[in-house]
Amino acid sequence: MQEKSKQLVANIADMKEEEAIELAFEMLEEGYDPIEILNHCKEAMEIVGQRFESNEYFLPELMLAGEMLSQIGDKAKPLITISNAEEAESHGTVLIATVHGDLHDIGKNIVTFMLEINGFKVVDLGIDVPIAKIVSSIEDHKPAVVGLSGFLTLAFDSMKETIAAIRATGQGKDVRIMIGGGQVDDTVKNYTGADAYGGNAMDAVNLCKDWLGVAA
Amino acid sequence: MNTDVEKSGSERYQEREQRILDTIELRETDRVPVSFFNTFWAAKYAGMSCEQAMYDYKGLSDAMRRAILELEPDDFVCSHFMLSLGPTMEMIGYKQLQWPGHDGLNPDVSFQYMDREYMAANEYDDFLLDPTGFYLHKYLPRLATAFEPLANLPEYSSVYYTRVVHSLAVYAKPEVREALETMIRAGEEMQQMLSEAFSFIEEMKEKGYPLAWVASGHAPFDVISDYLRGSKGGMLDMFRNKDKLLESLDKLAEFIPKNMISSAKKLPGKIVFIPLHWGLDGFMSPAQFELFFWPSFRKVLITLIDAGFYPCVLWEGDCTSRLEVIKDVPAGKCVYFFERTDVFKAKEVLGDTVCIRGSVPVSLMITGTPDDVRGYCRKLIDVVGKGGGFIMDSGVGIPDEAKPENVRAMFEFTREYSANK
Repeated sequence: MQEKSKQLVANIADMKEEEAIELAFEMLEEGYDPIEILNHCKEAMEIVGQRFESNEYFLPELMLAGEMLSQIGDKAKPLITISNAEEAESHGTVLIATVHGDLHDIGKNIVTFMLEINGFKVVDLGIDVPIAKIVSSIEDHKPAVVGLSGFLTLAFDSMKETIAAIRATGQGKDVRIMIGGGQVDDTVKNYTGADAYGGNAMDAVNLCKDWLGVAA
Repeated sequence: MNTDVEKSGSERYQEREQRILDTIELRETDRVPVSFFNTFWAAKYAGMSCEQAMYDYKGLSDAMRRAILELEPDDFVCSHFMLSLGPTMEMIGYKQLQWPGHDGLNPDVSFQYMDREYMAANEYDDFLLDPTGFYLHKYLPRLATAFEPLANLPEYSSVYYTRVVHSLAVYAKPEVREALETMIRAGEEMQQMLSEAFSFIEEMKEKGYPLAWVASGHAPFDVISDYLRGSKGGMLDMFRNKDKLLESLDKLAEFIPKNMISSAKKLPGKIVFIPLHWGLDGFMSPAQFELFFWPSFRKVLITLIDAGFYPCVLWEGDCTSRLEVIKDVPAGKCVYFFERTDVFKAKEVLGDTVCIRGSVPVSLMITGTPDDVRGYCRKLIDVVGKGGGFIMDSGVGIPDEAKPENVRAMFEFTREYSANK
């Protein structure tokens, strides 16, 4: 890898925002392939993900990494021409939603971001999502995994009802369901009938990788 | 043997208050105290919707009275201050909360905070130079429709001599006049609510039940991250605006206890409450905690302690990795209320320094059986209650959806089992 490419990966992974953005923009102006630049971002995010899992990085770093990626993406994406654009192969689709009655989305958004960066296609239905919408979206998008989020304790029942409704449909019978947020623990997993719960964004990524047979 | 029946309300009040105080000061007591802290549970138990609980002041008193008299806690949290805000919020067009029955939210769900950016990153300088001016002209107008015309008010930090007189003209502006009139009406509504709350507290005092805390506040970092910059802004500022963030935290560490102490003086009791949001494990690193969260928060705690108060700190989420750091407070002055922290480890590390409160898992209160609850309480009493310094509660108080039989099990079992040990 060229010196600048290595430097870009290091700047992003080490949370040097100004340097990362400046270098990425400079490289794009010099004619670097924008797809290459985006690949460097992904590479950097793998390092960020590892540091998150080893408790070196926490939410603030994920948040800043997201900011760096969106600034670089905004500049790089319009430069991608049809000829160099290859639709990246996704590992599979994850449908994600905050269950009905609950308006919280910080955790859900971070999980969405980390899944996308790890190669999953995410359909994010937003907050306070009615059961019927989740069920019909499963039919439309045929996800391999459904992620249900909730911060409040009222979400336990919303999750339980949503999962029962999903299981009652043909499409939803075999879909893997993971839950997360606030008070969710093993007891809640059992109560709601979810297949698994995750304590943080990387848990969600690892569950999906595991279920879909993606090498870690 | 129950001698309680012969005791007067004021004797029972003193006995309960002393039990809690002894527990906080780490003296062993006759039994483990158990506190009643809930949001909508009592209202739901009485058959009220969340919406009714936020609008019907007397109805909430009735629901709380029923729960307290049934559960006989050692103290209780007055729910009115947290819940009875519906009418006033509606009058001013308050925007930081969505609440049941309002703005399309189901009448049966809890109110929810709107995590947004209420102060831009480039406004730190305004805030630091003149916080009150910033609040009046920029911040308050963003929080409620009724406050929008306050942006017209004089810049009082630069008004002097005859300018004081000239500046009065703005009060005649129709929009300012209207804002002030709305605020007066909203203030009257709030006084009605407070008078119901105060008379309920007085009634409970006569019946023998002390207040669990008399004021509440927040950690400086949480004020920035929740109420000013929003969670995303708060986190990004650690990298992008580090010095201004640190300076603002120091400033807030001065203001926060001042406000808490002045409201605490209106009620009987010496315990004050501080729920924490962003300092927990997983949300920020130990190094970030020690730089951005703990120093300014510790300053708040020490100021409160020096003024004669006992802070009850609700460490939300899991804070197990912080135990050694947060031990640095004077012994016998604080309650650390844990939600998902390993309380057994907390007892080992903090047992000689703070009183521990909590932490029957919220999931158990909602989905478990009374036997599950009793089993968990037994373990808490045996281990965390050993030698005193422990107050029984669920992880963040009684969750709204807790089964009534589980709540009764927690109160009855704690009283009986810990008294007979």
